[in-house]
Amino acid sequence: MITFDHVTKYYKTNIGLNDVSLHIDRGEFVFLVGPSGAGKSTLIKLILKEIDADSGSILVNGREVTKLTSRLIPAHRRNVGIVFQDFRLLEHKTVYENVAFAMEITHQKRREIKERVPAVLGLMGIEEYVKKYPSELSAGEQQRVAIARAIINAPDVLIADEPTGNLDPDTAWEIMRLLEMINEKGTTVLMVTHAKDIVDRMNKRVISLENGQITGDAVGSYETKNAEENKEEAEGGEEEEEFVFDWTSGGLD
Amino acid sequence: MRLAYTISQAFKQMNRNKAMTVASVFAITAMLLILGLFFILVVNINMAAESIRDDYNTIEVFYLDETKEADIKKAQTEVAAWDNVEKVEYRSKAQAMEVLKKRWGDSGYLLDSLKNNPLPNSLIITVKDLEGSDAVAEQAKNLAGIEDIRYYKDTVDKLVKVTNGIQIAGLVIIAFLIIISIVVVSNTIKLTVLNRSEEISIMKYVGATNWFIRGPFLFEGIWIGGLSAALSAGIVAAAYWKAADILESGIIQVMSIPMVPVKFMALNLLWIFLALGISIGAWGSIISMRRFLDT
Repeated sequence: MITFDHVTKYYKTNIGLNDVSLHIDRGEFVFLVGPSGAGKSTLIKLILKEIDADSGSILVNGREVTKLTSRLIPAHRRNVGIVFQDFRLLEHKTVYENVAFAMEITHQKRREIKERVPAVLGLMGIEEYVKKYPSELSAGEQQRVAIARAIINAPDVLIADEPTGNLDPDTAWEIMRLLEMINEKGTTVLMVTHAKDIVDRMNKRVISLENGQITGDAVGSYETKNAEENKEEAEGGEEEEEFVFDWTSGGLD
Repeated sequence: MRLAYTISQAFKQMNRNKAMTVASVFAITAMLLILGLFFILVVNINMAAESIRDDYNTIEVFYLDETKEADIKKAQTEVAAWDNVEKVEYRSKAQAMEVLKKRWGDSGYLLDSLKNNPLPNSLIITVKDLEGSDAVAEQAKNLAGIEDIRYYKDTVDKLVKVTNGIQIAGLVIIAFLIIISIVVVSNTIKLTVLNRSEEISIMKYVGATNWFIRGPFLFEGIWIGGLSAALSAGIVAAAYWKAADILESGIIQVMSIPMVPVKFMALNLLWIFLALGISIGAWGSIISMRRFLDT
């Protein structure tokens, strides 16, 4: 489903990815872990073709992403759903409109939208919120809307960029169960995360990145693959903002 | 579905950004009003120049008093056969006095006190083409018994130069105003776009095409431009109508220079403004979106 072949991406001042090769099969659930600046975001941006690789080849669902012309990028992105840490919902649109919007861009029939959106919202367990605005929902509920939007067009790949980063542990697990369910329905899921306990308990394939290179790739836990790196982080006192739950932006208000 | 969606989105976002929309409409309207002023000025000066040209396409040949009327009449038929001569008119001393009295109007009685009519008999040659009037005047100099020749080519040449200058200056100013309007509109729309840069980035993540994102903004620009055009054309036409009303009953009529008819002007202004307003709005929105649609 996703294949990186000797992909390198340098930024002006630092390394993004350095000669990275990896392969993710259709239907896999993969965690992408590593410290800030390890190249996780670069990898995701390359999959979405938000940025161009300096060298190497990237295949997504058999399509050579590096060679996509700007006209073909939209179609490619519709096949790759994405969920962000900060949800990125449109504040002035209702829950229904936020999800329907992803179907409207492909000019699908209104009748089809009216059927599909409530069905997917039901799958996410938030069908009763169709008329609410994002600001009226809790963080977990907002993330469910974001996931609904990401999968409404039935993409082959779902990328989740720290989807639990802004959520309390219980809500985070609810979101994980939803992602697992989506994965079980056949969608390849690639999740970037810093949440050690989630990675450990899910027992899925974990790809570790550090300094733009893959340092670990095996089924198992965050701990074992990243023992060395964690030690370094602790010693270096590197910022770990991702570990801090942001209660203020949660659903308490 | 596509067009309907684009239009409904455009109206939704205009409604959401009412202040910005109104500001844009005001900016373009103001710009078009100034533009309209120059347009009216240029068109009217043009027309005035045209009519002055028509008035001055004559060559007057003055005869000595001792030249016999029969000789002058003979010359008249001769001149009428020349190239570039439309018609030749004989004006006797008495007729010339009549014309002068009429021109002086209320003060005409002053001329009554003259004992002798000092005005000469004359031939008034109307040329077909003003440019060739030099040759006609040159030929007329050889006519027998003439005292003087007067024609207005120099005056007309100067006038043409001045009006050409005004026209060019007007066009430069109009071009300048158009550029300013595009900048103003693109800046106002850029603010709306900036307001929605987050939304645009989300749209791109979800896989919206550039035209899908641009569509509503483009329509917004076109709508704002069209609305401003109709508004400013209405204001300019009304002002022109009022101005024509006042001027035509006053000075302009006396100078016998007609103004461009209000109806003709209003209709042309509306088309020109619509074309301008819509392209200004469209270009403004396309330019302001460019940066956000790079990737």
